[in-house]
Amino acid sequence: MEGPFTRFALRVWAGLILLFLFVPLLLIFLYAFNKSNIESWPIPGLTLKWFTATWNDADVRTSLKLSIQAGLTATALALVLGSCAAFAIHRMTFFGKDAVSFLFVLPLALPGIITGVALNDFFSFNGISLSIWTIVVGHTTFCIVVVYNNVLARLRRTQGSLVEAAMDLGANGFQVFRDITLPLISTAVVAGAMLAFALSFDEVIVTVFTGGAQNTLPLWIFGQMRLGQRLPEVNVVVSFVVLVTIIPVVIAARLTGGGGAARVPAAR
Amino acid sequence: MRSTEGPAVWVRLGTLAAAALIAITGCGSNATTGGSTAAPPPTYNIKPPTTIGPGEGALSLIDWPGYVDRTNWQTPSVASFEQQTGCKISVKDAQTSDEMVSLMKGGGGGQYDMVSASGDADLRLIYGGDVKPMNTDLIPDYKYFQTYFKAPGYNTISGIHYGISLQWGPNTLLYNTNKFPTAPTSWSVIYDPANTGLVTVPDNAIQIADAALYLSKSKPSLGITDPYELTQKQFDATVALLHQQRPLIKKYWASEGEEITLFQNKDVFVGAAWPYQTIQLKLAGGPFADTIPAAEGATGWGDTWMLATNAKHPNCAYLWTAWVSTPQVQAEQALSFGETPVNTKACAEMEKLSAGSCAQYHADAPGSYFDTIKFWKTPIATCADGSQNCIPYAKWLDAWTTITA
Amino acid sequence: MQSILWRVPWLRSAVLLVPPLAWFLLIYVTSLALLLITAFWTIDTFTTQIVQVWNLDNFRTILTEPAYRLIIGRTVGLAALVTVTDAVLAFPFAYFMARVASRRTQTILFAAVLLPLWASYLARVYSWILILNHSGILNWSLQSIGLPPANIGYTYTAMWIVFSYIWLPFMIIPTYAALERVPETLLEAAADLGAPRWRAVLDVVMPLALPGVIAGSIFTFSLTLGDYITPILVGGAGSIFIGNVIQTNVGIANNLPFAAALSTVPVAIMALYLLGAKRLGAFEAL
Repeated sequence: MEGPFTRFALRVWAGLILLFLFVPLLLIFLYAFNKSNIESWPIPGLTLKWFTATWNDADVRTSLKLSIQAGLTATALALVLGSCAAFAIHRMTFFGKDAVSFLFVLPLALPGIITGVALNDFFSFNGISLSIWTIVVGHTTFCIVVVYNNVLARLRRTQGSLVEAAMDLGANGFQVFRDITLPLISTAVVAGAMLAFALSFDEVIVTVFTGGAQNTLPLWIFGQMRLGQRLPEVNVVVSFVVLVTIIPVVIAARLTGGGGAARVPAAR
Repeated sequence: MRSTEGPAVWVRLGTLAAAALIAITGCGSNATTGGSTAAPPPTYNIKPPTTIGPGEGALSLIDWPGYVDRTNWQTPSVASFEQQTGCKISVKDAQTSDEMVSLMKGGGGGQYDMVSASGDADLRLIYGGDVKPMNTDLIPDYKYFQTYFKAPGYNTISGIHYGISLQWGPNTLLYNTNKFPTAPTSWSVIYDPANTGLVTVPDNAIQIADAALYLSKSKPSLGITDPYELTQKQFDATVALLHQQRPLIKKYWASEGEEITLFQNKDVFVGAAWPYQTIQLKLAGGPFADTIPAAEGATGWGDTWMLATNAKHPNCAYLWTAWVSTPQVQAEQALSFGETPVNTKACAEMEKLSAGSCAQYHADAPGSYFDTIKFWKTPIATCADGSQNCIPYAKWLDAWTTITA
Repeated sequence: MQSILWRVPWLRSAVLLVPPLAWFLLIYVTSLALLLITAFWTIDTFTTQIVQVWNLDNFRTILTEPAYRLIIGRTVGLAALVTVTDAVLAFPFAYFMARVASRRTQTILFAAVLLPLWASYLARVYSWILILNHSGILNWSLQSIGLPPANIGYTYTAMWIVFSYIWLPFMIIPTYAALERVPETLLEAAADLGAPRWRAVLDVVMPLALPGVIAGSIFTFSLTLGDYITPILVGGAGSIFIGNVIQTNVGIANNLPFAAALSTVPVAIMALYLLGAKRLGAFEAL
């Protein structure tokens, strides 16, 4: 066990890091009440007018809707494709397996601007005009990686003997999948899906290059920052999103590994 | 196995890299220089329609942020236009003229119907075949346009109109009145080492023209008459000046909002700006003002609504152009963005909305005024005298990257 | 059908692999390859149409022009600095989470680390402008206790702070996952063998946690390497990154070949980085 001084020091460090992580969020929340539309310190005054302004702003609604639509579609596609890939890689040994696993890391490991520029080039070369579908294609590509990583990591930790035992007991392939495998990986799938959705929802760089006249929420925010006339609306929207996602995030934390709740009870 | 594997991989990679380096520095080809305008634009013989047909139900626009303002334009509003014509508008905001050129290309043509390009992009769009001629007879307010803007050199070539002028504005000198109690009379203030770390200018290669404009008066021996047509010697002197200016720059602003933040938080105290920023800063109650220095004058930008060659909704496009040319909309746009209408009848409307604004924005200026403003145009290799010695825009971009790197 | 799949096990896995692999090969890899090919072409500088003439001009410009060497060096340097900073910041935090905190605290902390990822990246960077600029919170706090203002707004230091802030959760999570997997029994064994706690941490825990840190570093390094938004928002004059030049060449100059050529630089750098990371076992810890 660590000595009491070490524990205290670690506690202080953790507190400072938490402060570091959350001060900007608190500022975002505070400046949603900013009287002026220019962000300056100290805050000029407080008002509630931006809340009604945001509520009435059609651009906010369309971009929020588009972000959710693109996110859900990309996540759904990524769930299917990423899980398939994870299962395949986990079970197979074939020539080029390393290369394929390497390939599946690239979209997150390579800078987003390269994915964005490459996809943009690809679309214009093939005469595909930019639309929500091109945005979805871009997002799906890196969402697959997130789901794949999560599911694969979990598969590696599960015991193959469970599957074999089930088959010894007479279960066919589908029953094994439904009753044994799926429950074991379900939390990893959910966590992967949530992380994928989060990445897609906040994605700016690839979306800039793969979106046409459509604005996702981050693109709308980017536009507002450039014009500078309705900045507090950005703060209102972001605060709203954060508040809405607190519950799902806590759930995801429980599922993924906070508290070790995701550990498979296995006989060691 | 690992210990012998590792170095071998690196050796192989290293040899590969060395070979590549030799190949790259050895081989090469000549890049094409740009800017020949000897041939007519590709779309010059596309005859524009003689009547406006029924609206197609949609319209896709590339614009400067704020050029389709659903919030600030009240009467008439964008929504009322959509209702009357049935043309539902979707908008893509661009941050620079270059971005507009690139968007028009990237969509494969036909993704966007119109673009509100400024003069520094117009020629590139025209000669690139991305826009086609428009019929000014279909725009009822065209006859009331200020003469200069009926056929400005940046959107009209050989009498063919490749778009309809919209609004224009100067590139102003914005300053903090606490630091500069009297308005500066020369652009020298942004080149003065006394202001190190206090200056901002736009992150846009066309800024080179502003430096050239300054040199045209402060170093007459260089012989600069048109800041967009620079010989190699003039160009080098201008770039040298901008390198000297570099330590003075706190930040090259990339958007209006950014410059507003810089001034409001006292990170900068003087810089090149657009009237929009001054309006916003003054609305927030800060000590700011702008001016056009008397010594050198200023550059300016003139915007044109241009019609895409492969536009899918040309009728809606014409309806829109006619609508934004009407005096009321011209006045609304001028006041909300901070620019000047091309429609002379808009002056009266501006006075109704804000007394004194017409004179403030020079909306009633005589024709001769426009000779003092050097409007943006794409720098091309062909000089005014027909020789090919001028520096084309591609080199301006390269130089700008080295200046701001 | 099922029996065929069972008798030929690799067939089942192959069927599973085909859809995602097809997606990757047909879309992602093809677009990357197309980008690489474009790097060898050029554009007509006036109309900015792509001219399919094979040449090495773009690469030559990148190698010979000092401005680009400066930009590349600056980008890589900051990416490395941010990675080291985040590793240092994250490790004690992740250690606390994994080995000291109670179960409930672990969950709360994990959620607390994930939550900022849901507040828009842009909005969080923008808040830092408010903190760091000339009349911002930092200077205000310093001046109210009598210290001189720091004036780190719009500087390299500002970008360093903001990047370290933004990517910190990406470093904490894999490090925490790796630390969590180290069984306490190993440390007890080390203690039995006479090692003091700090020695056990240094010799036992850290090497086992290293793959997690390296995995996190892949994110912090590549995300910094390719970013262009934070330099625009928070950087001052002279803070142009590789990403900015790529972006201006694509979106503004419409010089896709040059942007493509420049893109090969971060790709090459990341390929080397990933090669190294793989050897250090990071792929198991992603």
